[in-house]
Amino acid sequence: MTAALLFLGALMLGSAILAFTRRNLIHSALLLILTWSSVAGFYLWAGAEFIAFAQLLIYVGAVSMIVLFAVLLTRRSLEDPLAAPAPRSRRVGAVLAGGAVAGVLVATVLGTPSAPAAASAPMLTVKQIGLQLMSAHAASLLVVGVILTVALIGATVIAATDRTPGKEDQP
Amino acid sequence: MTPLQLCLVISSLLFAAGLTAALARNNTILVLLGIELMLNAANLNFIAFWRFGPASAPAVGVIFVLFAIAVAAAEAAIGLALVIALYRHQKNIRLEEANTLKG
Repeated sequence: MTAALLFLGALMLGSAILAFTRRNLIHSALLLILTWSSVAGFYLWAGAEFIAFAQLLIYVGAVSMIVLFAVLLTRRSLEDPLAAPAPRSRRVGAVLAGGAVAGVLVATVLGTPSAPAAASAPMLTVKQIGLQLMSAHAASLLVVGVILTVALIGATVIAATDRTPGKEDQP
Repeated sequence: MTPLQLCLVISSLLFAAGLTAALARNNTILVLLGIELMLNAANLNFIAFWRFGPASAPAVGVIFVLFAIAVAAAEAAIGLALVIALYRHQKNIRLEEANTLKG
């Protein structure tokens, strides 16, 4: 059980670190698909099957596609290096900041005495999730629906309107 | 090390990886992906506490993650639309050159 968790964690972290050190954005996006898939594997391991498949559908299916679209729409030519790497001082500072955050978080987690783990995963069926969503969390569900609608309409408006003045007027 | 602690360590490291990427990279898309990774690390925590933490209402952790995923998806859509608008405006997506608010 722990071995599976260690494997998933190594896959997650390894592909994430590889993804963020690639120069080629397509490679980064494809490696991040692996990261998201291993997060879905973690959800399966923890017994949250519904969330695992939601993660697969939303991240591996949808978010990765819009990331690939954005990458392909915003590059000028194949050999064009997309962006020169950030200055060295900024990279070093970012690694220091990330390392400090990781150190503090890991030290806190390891230093906190934890309650004995539950013996078995909480039993949860999709029916229960649906009933909870429709009864106790119905208002939040409506708000999320409104957020998604507004966000998608806004995204279309932002991406589709061309504000260059006079472009359409010229022959 | 208990399984809960192992889960939390993994999600902390994932969060730090996302934070480092968001701070270090110059490309707007990669910064967005780093933020997505940080959101994913938070979701890992919810599921870990739901699975191993003290018993609570049966589905609270799962429902929290569902809402977090929905908001993260909306954020990704908006962010990438902004990237495309930025590219249309300044013909590249370098973060350092996006330093004016005026269109």
